[in-house]
Amino acid sequence: MSPSPTHIGAPDGSPFIDLDREFDAPADLVFRALTEPGLVARWLGPRDLRMRIVEYDARTGGGYRYVHVAPDGSEYAFRGVFHTVTRPALMIQTFEFEGAPGSVSLETRTLRDLGGRTALHQHTVFPSVAARDRAIADGMRRGITESMERLDELMQRQDGSS
Amino acid sequence: MPRPPADPDRLDRAFAALADPVRRAIVARLSTGPATVGELAAPFTITVQAVSQHIQVLEQAGLVTRTRQAQRRPVHLDPAALESVTAWIDTYRLQAERSYRRLDAVLDKLKEQT
Repeated sequence: MSPSPTHIGAPDGSPFIDLDREFDAPADLVFRALTEPGLVARWLGPRDLRMRIVEYDARTGGGYRYVHVAPDGSEYAFRGVFHTVTRPALMIQTFEFEGAPGSVSLETRTLRDLGGRTALHQHTVFPSVAARDRAIADGMRRGITESMERLDELMQRQDGSS
Repeated sequence: MPRPPADPDRLDRAFAALADPVRRAIVARLSTGPATVGELAAPFTITVQAVSQHIQVLEQAGLVTRTRQAQRRPVHLDPAALESVTAWIDTYRLQAERSYRRLDAVLDKLKEQT
């Protein structure tokens, strides 16, 4: 299959982030991969971090907590509750990074069956525009550092060839 | 507070500007501090005029600015503008995309089993 790019929407001045992505699998399989802890551990989060699931009870009223462990041993824990889980099309849950307690966002995931393929839509509501911008800025800082490192390497190659 | 770029035309200009390796190298040099056109041209075998044209493209894309000092007109990088291009688009979305690609692999395995 050809890779399907993720589309993002994050209107300026709003507390929302929307993600859209299609998967080459029927909705019931995507739902399983989103709700069974053994499967979730295999894809959620950065590849270079080890994923430890403490709890993942993806049922209406259930809770979850998982920890990303970095190669240097530092840990990043996340937790929340499942407000609504309806097979195979809807999950509504809270999300909180334990490193920034009290800033809780609300995530709504909907799955749409496209006949063998499945469209996933994820709508996240942050507690404020500032919190939404901060979530993006955290990603930005990592991105700008990586970009600058790549640019520096390029610059060194330019130096060497002149 | 970082703001995603609202103007898609400006984003197009920024991406086009950064598509050129010489202009990326100029941006990399400016990330360490302001420099004059002559200083920016020094590492390259191309002419100062050619470097000046590259800087104009970066300026029109909103990535760099030039201050009006009598003799020197040092070129400054606008880090906010660069961030809005390189990171805003890529990072949040690409983090999600990386996870989703792993999810693709999980789903492929599940399909084999069913």
